[in-house]
Amino acid sequence: MMDRYSIWQIIGIYAAMAAFLIFLLLPFFEMFMASLRPLEHLFRSPYQFWSDDFSFKAYQDMWNTVPLLGRYILNSIFISTAVTMITLIFVIPASYAYARLDFPFKNISLSIFLGVNMFTGAVLLIPLYRVMATMGILNTYWAMIVPGVAFLIPTGIWLLRSYLEKIPVELEEAAFVDGASRLYTLRRVVLPLALPGLIVVSIAVFIGAYAQQFLFAITFNQTREYQPLPAGLFEFIGYQSVTWNEMMAAALTGVLPVMVIFLFLQKYLIAGLTAGAVKE
Amino acid sequence: MKAPTNAPQTSPKRLSQGAFAWLLIAPAMLFIATIVAWPLAETLRLSFTDTRIGPNFAYVGLENYQDLADSRKFKQTVWRTFYWMFLSVGLKLVLGLIGATLLNAAIPGRALFRILVLPPWVIPIAIGMIGWLWLYNGAFGLLSGVMQYVGIVDKSFEFLAYKQSAFYSAVVADVWVGVPMVTLFFLAAMQGVSRDLYEAAWVDGASRWYRFRRITIPQIMPVIVSMSLLSAIFTFNSFEIIWILTEGGPRSATTTMIIDSYKTAFSSRKFGEGAARTIVIVCLLGIFSVAYIWLLNKVSKHYGTK
Repeated sequence: MMDRYSIWQIIGIYAAMAAFLIFLLLPFFEMFMASLRPLEHLFRSPYQFWSDDFSFKAYQDMWNTVPLLGRYILNSIFISTAVTMITLIFVIPASYAYARLDFPFKNISLSIFLGVNMFTGAVLLIPLYRVMATMGILNTYWAMIVPGVAFLIPTGIWLLRSYLEKIPVELEEAAFVDGASRLYTLRRVVLPLALPGLIVVSIAVFIGAYAQQFLFAITFNQTREYQPLPAGLFEFIGYQSVTWNEMMAAALTGVLPVMVIFLFLQKYLIAGLTAGAVKE
Repeated sequence: MKAPTNAPQTSPKRLSQGAFAWLLIAPAMLFIATIVAWPLAETLRLSFTDTRIGPNFAYVGLENYQDLADSRKFKQTVWRTFYWMFLSVGLKLVLGLIGATLLNAAIPGRALFRILVLPPWVIPIAIGMIGWLWLYNGAFGLLSGVMQYVGIVDKSFEFLAYKQSAFYSAVVADVWVGVPMVTLFFLAAMQGVSRDLYEAAWVDGASRWYRFRRITIPQIMPVIVSMSLLSAIFTFNSFEIIWILTEGGPRSATTTMIIDSYKTAFSSRKFGEGAARTIVIVCLLGIFSVAYIWLLNKVSKHYGTK
């Protein structure tokens, strides 16, 4: 058969796969190893791969060193979830318009949206800071949510639009013939059909929001209680010593809930994210 | 791909289609206008001033831009940024292509492998960089340790302390962040290629490599081009990776344009000069994107995708 490999090909594929995965997972392995070493042995030179005093003590102590750690982990998830939901509220109507309707300046306005993709927050920090100050939302959750939403709206429109284009237009026409209003059709006919697409867009937006909250957090928020995990981790850099092992333990523990969620959602993710890129 | 425009007939009593469409788009447009467009306009205004900390400033015309044009250091930064971008994007595409091919192979365990590819992409970038920071550490890091053990170096090697090694170390970390997404998009594109094509070629006795070269690559070309544009923009703009690893050092070896404008504005408090640098970035990205979209259209036409 076409898909049959020789034994050497199989060995080659697994070897290459192993190399590829080692590259991608090495930092996690290193963080895990560092989290297991007691602090005084962390700085032991020359380098020792194996220490006989490995322990999970850092995973207990970290909660005392940084008492707000649990809060930071939840903040991260809360901010990303809020960004995802608000982004969807903006993205759903707009992408419906681009997928289904004909209107003046359609292409130009779409290019403007996609042009926003070119920027990251890092370029616009100074004036963005002023905007936040004017709106009076510095040092609140909103200071991290609002810019997150703005920079993710274009991606959301881009992805969802291609999903909506695939839904047969006849279903909507049937609803119209029955006298349904446009908004009713959007809500009761289009959205339920677009559910798989909505899940994919939500995942993509969530990843974007989760991966990139550090910059906005350190620039626009000084309130400790609102910090997300990446910013909160830097509290392990204390006045006297840096408890690196606890920092690593906290980093790994902090991303665990999200990783578990993705374990269950990865099927949607892989199948779905491509809708925008793969043309049919 | 064009949107189907045979939208249902509307009776005159209903809102016209154009008005309804703009009603749907308006919230998103307004939001972006406030958070992106206005700050951008503000940046443009700032770039013509000598604003520093404090309320006093004067309009200085094009002086900030003139300074940039005269600055040898800035030119170096521009070249470094493009080198950084092309190197990193090239590696991401090559590794992504290899990774996708491997993940697409019909071997036991591939479902697991596909999951194991995800972590660098879905965790906060800042957290991944903490891991790399430790890996690159000379005294305690795994990489230096292994290199000493194997005998490549005879004493500990501090990856981020030397100009060359710091630059390439940052590239590797950036590639690490970007590869999973590229890989998954390529994988999905490969799965979209019709099996009949491969079977026909196989019947004709085409080798695996030949099939990859003459079927897979051309079929997924549009995705390769659009992914390279996306990752080029990400890489050009990548801030957290460099900032956490090196803050642009040592001796500016990893200072890209983004880092440069951030440093000018926030570390040196020269907001006017920082804004001018931002505007240059925006213009370069604009030119770059237009060129790329043109290329994308050409490629799509060449490979006959609808």
